[in-house]
Amino acid sequence: MSDLELFNFQVTRRAFLGGSAGLAFGFAIGFPKTAQAQSASGRLNAYVSIAPDGTITIQSPVAEMGQGIMTGLPMIVAEELDADWSKVKVEQSPVEPAYHHPIFKAQYVVASISTLGYWTPLRIAGAQARRVLVNAAAEKWGVPAAELTTEPSTVVHGASGRKMSYGEIASFAAAPASPPAIDPAKDLKSADKYRILGKGTDRVDVPAKSSGAAKYGIDARVPGMAYATFVRAPVRGSGPASSNAEELKKMPGIVDVVTLEHGVAVVGETFDAVRKARRSLKVSWRAGLPGDDINTDKDLQTYLGDGRDPKRVGVEWKSKGDATKALAGAARTISREYLSDHVYHAQMEPMNSTAHVRRDGVDIWVGTQAPTRTQLDVAKALGTTPDKVRVHQMFLGGGFGRRATVEASVDAALVAKAVNRPVKLILSREDDLAAGTFRPMTSQRIEAGLDASGNIVGWRHRVVGEPVGDFVYQPGYIKAAKDRDVIFMMGAELPYYNKVANWHAEHLMAPERTRVAAWRGIGAGYTKFAIEAMIDEVAALNNVDPLELRLSLTEDSRSKRVLQKVAEMSGWGQKRPGNTALGLAFAEYGAFAPKFGSLIASVAEISVAKNGVIRVHNYWAAADAGLAVNPAAFAAQVESAVVWGLSCCLKERVTMAKGQVQQSNFHEYQIMRMAEVPQIKVEVLTSGASPTMVGELGVPGTGPSVANAFYALTGKRLYHMPFTPQRVQAALKSTTLKV
Amino acid sequence: MIKFAVNGREAFSEQPGDTPLLWVIRDELGLTGTKFGCGVAQCGACTVHVNGQPVRACITPVSSIQGKQVTTIEGLSPAADHPLQKAWVAEQVPQCGYCQSGQIMQAAALLAKNKKPTREQIVTHMNGNLCRCGTYNRIVAAIQRAAKEV
Repeated sequence: MSDLELFNFQVTRRAFLGGSAGLAFGFAIGFPKTAQAQSASGRLNAYVSIAPDGTITIQSPVAEMGQGIMTGLPMIVAEELDADWSKVKVEQSPVEPAYHHPIFKAQYVVASISTLGYWTPLRIAGAQARRVLVNAAAEKWGVPAAELTTEPSTVVHGASGRKMSYGEIASFAAAPASPPAIDPAKDLKSADKYRILGKGTDRVDVPAKSSGAAKYGIDARVPGMAYATFVRAPVRGSGPASSNAEELKKMPGIVDVVTLEHGVAVVGETFDAVRKARRSLKVSWRAGLPGDDINTDKDLQTYLGDGRDPKRVGVEWKSKGDATKALAGAARTISREYLSDHVYHAQMEPMNSTAHVRRDGVDIWVGTQAPTRTQLDVAKALGTTPDKVRVHQMFLGGGFGRRATVEASVDAALVAKAVNRPVKLILSREDDLAAGTFRPMTSQRIEAGLDASGNIVGWRHRVVGEPVGDFVYQPGYIKAAKDRDVIFMMGAELPYYNKVANWHAEHLMAPERTRVAAWRGIGAGYTKFAIEAMIDEVAALNNVDPLELRLSLTEDSRSKRVLQKVAEMSGWGQKRPGNTALGLAFAEYGAFAPKFGSLIASVAEISVAKNGVIRVHNYWAAADAGLAVNPAAFAAQVESAVVWGLSCCLKERVTMAKGQVQQSNFHEYQIMRMAEVPQIKVEVLTSGASPTMVGELGVPGTGPSVANAFYALTGKRLYHMPFTPQRVQAALKSTTLKV
Repeated sequence: MIKFAVNGREAFSEQPGDTPLLWVIRDELGLTGTKFGCGVAQCGACTVHVNGQPVRACITPVSSIQGKQVTTIEGLSPAADHPLQKAWVAEQVPQCGYCQSGQIMQAAALLAKNKKPTREQIVTHMNGNLCRCGTYNRIVAAIQRAAKEV
């Protein structure tokens, strides 16, 4: 099973069906079964329809959650179609097989691989639509199609000087019964012919998001609907043993209180009635679950102990050479431990879904990263078939991995069925946080073996924490994936530091007790912290500049280029004002590296106040994700991910005691505010002929660049994210570790 | 019954007086541009104007707006062409976009009383509005751009 396939929520089922089919980029551009979002006339294939007035409607198959995908993917279609972008209208596609991501075999957005996955199918869809138009014009004019070329939205016959707009052609042409065959090797444009790709294009969703008109899941309105909220058991796998539901039913405006296996829904005529009744809800939860005694501080100590215990055997994630032998033969070894706490998505739109369950079918209105899975899971919960479940994809008020699971829609559907009315289910912020799905807490231990000259000859990286796959996907995932938890372990490999000949990365699995999930940046958010902080220590031990050490560890020209670029941008090596210092980090993002790896080099400039608050003043990043489809949106995504990562490494922390989350709202779970953001400069570098991952690329460099800047400034090291003022003050008083 | 005006039109609510204005605006009046984020005035996603002042609708009891003028994002300018909205597009501010109605309403209150705010004044005024996509620097740039136009 390839790393890419490990992201498939259907991995368990597919594994049980007889193993993986390998990394398949096969696809089929067909006609959609239904066409709820499209007019029947002028449709050239599942993605493109053209109206006689020249309007080109392009279907965008992926959920828009701020990543700019509903601009980027249609740009790819429009490029091969040779469309006039000003005439393009984008629609969110329906949820059906014609729009499946070729790797996931579903509509599903995770791992930042929408553009990578849809790249070839969408180019073909655009080229195919163009071919239909060209053939129709050729027939009309009675000339060979080979004599025709296109200009934006126009077919041209050079020999006679005749031109016909796409709109004119659409008024008489019809799509052929079977779409023309396109050979990706010779029928697609070369990059030097691009008119749309690689240029900065304004995002199509921005105007509606600046006027208040954009519709999110929480904005759905269905005639006759009731409002609901859902209180999920605080502990994974638990549910209500008893509650005061009967009392609540008598409260004003309350329609019903629905008790499900895993929680309690309060349903009312208005959300205010629901909100008030929820405050009076008392539930006693079933005990006896593994998560009953979760305690952050105690558990972290256990993780640390397990990480140090040579008798414990982890499962290998990836390796190269023979790390054990190399470490045994090293002139000296150093080992360091790195910690990271649970963190919460804190997506601004609380989890919600609206469901209408009828005898003839089910409608779900939701902003979700997983619309196909919504169909499957809602159908299963209701005892019907997926074709009976229609998912209306809305905008997402933040996804970040939180909306890759679909429990809000399952709950809404079960509650709607129970009260026999459409129901809009919305979690309060407090319930959203209490039922949060967190990035796992980790303890990491890295041993680096150095030869007599200080070169890294061996490297062992152990990551201790709860696997994510069984919770995010389904029980049995980890087994089906042969213990390779891609979400947890991403980034623990060293694919670009190819001069390190022997390394071994392993996952020491902690017992599964917590609701843990993919969180923007996934494993790379903490594994790269450990790796890049350790590299910085090796540089210091060798008395080598951290940039020079990194450049010496890689022979990869793309890696060297991002490092050199960020050094230039940040003025690396130049004297800084006395109270600030710079820290550097390098990271790839992508389990598919080095074949598809996106690269980023980051530099943070920080100062530290007496009270222990770290202030990041400037942040520079040089990023390379192959071909940049929309460089402006790419830069915006890196800026966003940098703020996300800095917020995480400086401030964010979920703690639990007796299985319960101890934070309730944004006054206790604090995220970065405007006054705290640095100036951020991003340089988009391009390479190769196809695009790779962008959305999470900015995250992994944040923690280590800040930690390394802290060392440059103070001579002390930070080993525990987030770098809270308390931890910073403790670090300032600490003794620097030597070997 | 509580009577007030929303975006220049008469409105009323028959909900209990302690109902937050947010839910009246969203669910009774159907103006969904104003968002629910936290319910405790910590994020600013629900920011609207009451008699020209920015307030957090999630903690504003509807009884407190009897006879007052409420402006939501939908009423900021009829054609969504307030200088801030144009600047939001020019600077490509929104990503997920969920917090942006609140950001724009908060910023509009600043520009209404201070035509040429400094960067520091902008940050102080806007610091109560969270953006999880981290678009803060673009928000500052958009406010500065709009300030040149006002």
